[in-house]
Amino acid sequence: MNRLKGIGLTAIAAGIWLCSASAHAGKTLDGIKQRGQVICGVNTGLAGFGAADSQGNWAGLDVDICRAIAASVLGDASKVKWVPLNAQQRFTALQSGEIDILSRNTTFTLTRDASLGLNATAVTYYDGQGFMVPKKLKVKSVKQLNNAAVCVQSGTTTEKNLNDYFRANKLKYKPVVFEGFEASFKAFFAGRCQAYTTDASGLASIRNKEAQNPDDFVILPEIISKEPLGPMVRRGDDEWFAIAKWVIYALLEAEEYGVTQANVDQMKTSDNPSVQRILGTAEDSGKLLGLEKDWAYRAIKATGNYGEIFERNVGPKSPLKLPRGLNNLWNKGGLMYAPPVR
Amino acid sequence: MSATFVAIHARPAPVRMLGARAWIRTHLFPDWKNGLATAIIAALLVWFLPRLMDWAIFNAVFSNDNAACRAVAHAAAQPGACWGVVAEKYRVILFGRFPHADHWRPLLASLILVLMLAASCLPRCWKRWLAPAWLGAFAAFFLLMRGGVAGLTYVETARWGGLPLTLLLSTLGIAAAFPIAVLAALGRLSHLPAVRAACIGYIELVRGVPLISVLFMASFMFPLFLPPGMTPDVLLRVLAGITLFAAAYLAEVVRGGLQAIPAGQIEAAKSLGLSYWQMQRRIALPQALRHVVPAIMNSFISTFKDTSLVTVVSLYELTGALGLALRGDTDWRPFYFEAYLFIAVIYWIGCYAMSSYSRWVERRLAVSNQATGKTQ
Amino acid sequence: MTGGPAIPPRQPPPSAGRRWRWRSQATRGLLWQLALVLALSLVAWYLTRNTLENMRTRGIQSGFDFLLQPAGFAIGESIIDFDSGDPYWKAFLIGLGNTLRTAVAGIVLCTLLGTLIGIGQLSRNLLLRSLCKGYVDLFRNIPVLLQLLVLYLLLTEWLPDTTATLQPLLFADSGVFLSKNGLSYPLPVWEAGHLLTLIGFVLGLVLAWRYRQRARRHFEQSGQARAVFWPMLGLVAASSVAGWVLGGMPSGLDIPRTGEMNLAGGGSLTPEFLAITVGLAIYTAAFVAEAVRAGIQAVPHGQVEAAGALGLSRGQALRLVLLPQALRVTIPPLTNQYLNLTKNSSLAVAIGYPDLVSVANTTLNQSGRAVECIVVIMVIYLMLSLATAWLMNWYDSRAAIRER
Repeated sequence: MNRLKGIGLTAIAAGIWLCSASAHAGKTLDGIKQRGQVICGVNTGLAGFGAADSQGNWAGLDVDICRAIAASVLGDASKVKWVPLNAQQRFTALQSGEIDILSRNTTFTLTRDASLGLNATAVTYYDGQGFMVPKKLKVKSVKQLNNAAVCVQSGTTTEKNLNDYFRANKLKYKPVVFEGFEASFKAFFAGRCQAYTTDASGLASIRNKEAQNPDDFVILPEIISKEPLGPMVRRGDDEWFAIAKWVIYALLEAEEYGVTQANVDQMKTSDNPSVQRILGTAEDSGKLLGLEKDWAYRAIKATGNYGEIFERNVGPKSPLKLPRGLNNLWNKGGLMYAPPVR
Repeated sequence: MSATFVAIHARPAPVRMLGARAWIRTHLFPDWKNGLATAIIAALLVWFLPRLMDWAIFNAVFSNDNAACRAVAHAAAQPGACWGVVAEKYRVILFGRFPHADHWRPLLASLILVLMLAASCLPRCWKRWLAPAWLGAFAAFFLLMRGGVAGLTYVETARWGGLPLTLLLSTLGIAAAFPIAVLAALGRLSHLPAVRAACIGYIELVRGVPLISVLFMASFMFPLFLPPGMTPDVLLRVLAGITLFAAAYLAEVVRGGLQAIPAGQIEAAKSLGLSYWQMQRRIALPQALRHVVPAIMNSFISTFKDTSLVTVVSLYELTGALGLALRGDTDWRPFYFEAYLFIAVIYWIGCYAMSSYSRWVERRLAVSNQATGKTQ
Repeated sequence: MTGGPAIPPRQPPPSAGRRWRWRSQATRGLLWQLALVLALSLVAWYLTRNTLENMRTRGIQSGFDFLLQPAGFAIGESIIDFDSGDPYWKAFLIGLGNTLRTAVAGIVLCTLLGTLIGIGQLSRNLLLRSLCKGYVDLFRNIPVLLQLLVLYLLLTEWLPDTTATLQPLLFADSGVFLSKNGLSYPLPVWEAGHLLTLIGFVLGLVLAWRYRQRARRHFEQSGQARAVFWPMLGLVAASSVAGWVLGGMPSGLDIPRTGEMNLAGGGSLTPEFLAITVGLAIYTAAFVAEAVRAGIQAVPHGQVEAAGALGLSRGQALRLVLLPQALRVTIPPLTNQYLNLTKNSSLAVAIGYPDLVSVANTTLNQSGRAVECIVVIMVIYLMLSLATAWLMNWYDSRAAIRER
């Protein structure tokens, strides 16, 4: 019997050891500081936004936002644990506390904000839903897609927008709904559907990265919805909510005032009071957030300002070649408008 | 009734049943219907096999040369398989996202589990030390995979994948399910109504629902059940789901074994004054479990195959790791089919070996039962 | 789940007046049960409290009221029409319908295929036998999910595009096409004349039934068996054709054709439906074959010899002696396999067929009611299982009565 007891105890100990890596308690920020890691929920693989290479190195716009936050909070942009999530898992993962922040091209909507126990932080990408079709169909507009089979991923706002748009235009369609993002575009490229729909940025990413020959496919001009994408945090932790929000605003402000990854150190000596406030050389805004004085400096140093993040991951020089468009700063014709960091 | 006796002719002597011709006759052409079937099947085989061989071997590309693969796949006249996809991607398929330089760790970890599995199949090894040995094997597995000690870099469970994950989920799933199953089976046979009702409820509830819904529950709902701040890893949650699922099926297997024990054994045990637990531990369970080894093996095979479902909740075991390896790579994505065949072969070898073993045990049991004159 | 010590089955009756001693078995049994009930209720209370607490602090809404709200998403295929304005409960119903559709089709297919292969495994013909054994060994030992994925891959990758000129299947004007749109087939255009065909068909059924009764009476009186199957089939066919001719031979067919976007006209089975149904049938057939083989082998060999001695041919012996007896042994494992097939149809999620689980999953995401949706799935599957188990018990009791 003693041996059996020994085995049992060892098993329990092993179980606790396994759990310990993920169990945490209390407020999100305390938890993060205690374990020295931000746990960030990202896409399972959407080039430009959140994707890992086969070595497990993550890159993308959503990924960089998490890095910036980790740099702000912990002073080290590499202290992030990535949790790849599909569309179905993402909200429960956040609700249950499995992740600290969900940065996974997620649309802000009323239902999600009000009934799922989530808080939308700040928009990091203004998107809209579009359609992609094979070039050989010679389709010029979504209105020509009557009776088409449309491949779409389940559990997304896309699925509902698709339905609303076709209904409003009195068009018929056959949804072919897939659980997985990969499965949905795989079926489209195989020819199962005449059209594929998701966020326009996603379309560009898929067309460039996943199509055998990108020129065989065209993205239709219609944008049928508003999709403000951004990170979400769990409800009930205002402190952490504020941090996530203001790190993003700081990145935007940094672009506005010309603070970049390269010149951030020189900018520390800038006379511009706004720059001084961002970089924490004048007043200590970090204390208000529960962070160090140079919280924004750390983020910019690690990932660059918002413009740099955009250019690096999805901008015209990246493989996705997305124009800045709506995602330009407010004073350059876009919608990106950060409340003042002061 | 005045029939006269008519002698019937003597039947001809039976045809000589030896030699190649006779063999062919009895096995392939016993009558015209069978002959026709033989002819049709043979014709189909003659048509099909050379084409299959051409595709799979003679025209196939074995090196990871993408251009050659594309050429041979699109060749209209002589299409061939592209095994190059396996040559190129086998490490990701087998080990998922595990850090590339450390691939020896999952390899060693898988080997440990496979060897333990093989050892557990030998009746010679059915000793008391088997349980601690398994515990040691799992500990070694976790040490190797997780790292963080003895100079091994720490690898989080999210990056575990491929074959080791498949093996872990099935072996640990069944191992953890075993005690639960034994208790549930005993409970179901118990004469205490509350105990029986609880066990029947659990067994029938779990057996009535598909594994996928149990996995969804593990993935979506477990975290809500637990107090805030306590969120076990996805791997652990899925493992719990698989364990609870396998235990219900295993419980029925164990119950079958327990019910097959002659009542006399139990009566004898009682008359010796053994307590309930003594009786179960020393008399009933050892006999019952020995009898249901083949059925346990079948449960294990089911679990082994069922682990492929965890890809639906984003754990990258073999099937999931295959998607991981191919979906982001437009060069190799056209060769999904060959890659699927590769992992199908892995699964097949595992399952076939185990089911052959289970049949062997079954025969062995039948023989030993005959020898000892036991009847069931 | 903990077991407890049982009261031994055949205990001598307790001496007058059960004594509730601390160490008596009855007391201990009661205590064990109390402990178990207490433990289970504690666990249930703990889990429920946590869940409610979690939902409250995170502002997650709960309750089944969402079932009445409009779903807002469309479903690719359904037996009855579904509009995105319909409520969630109807979406669940559609999902259940789709599950049953693939399950029923799969069960019919796997029974046919499995029985043939099971019999083939016992054939005298070496080639046939090995082929059937090979089939069982191959398909039983590969995870069904993998088989479904491969099948779906083949269906979507290798079938011709819907925009390409389509080659009809079987023969030139069959009007049956296999494309990325699935299996498209012609449907007769409804005309008044079809009503007479239908009447003829029903009439044929009635006639066939009468014929069967007469044949049986004849057999009971004279001991001579009349052929039953073919005449019955003939009666039904002849009567239907007669009705069709009388109705003016309506022959309008809605043949599928390449439409503007997609195939138009006719009926069709989607590749998703084909993949899940055929895939499950192929997989389950291997298990059905094993059950059938075991059933036949369970029939004592003397029965076969007796059948031979009575002068029955091998086919007759199989049909009249072996299979009916094998059935009794085969039915329980067969029911299990049917149940497995139904449960496995939940794998449709992986290949985009809108079955119950897939619809529930979509609902879960659109409404955020995770707990409720999973409860709905489990309850429905549980009811399906219970219904099947009940049917099986009913059949078992019937089979047992007939035993002599």
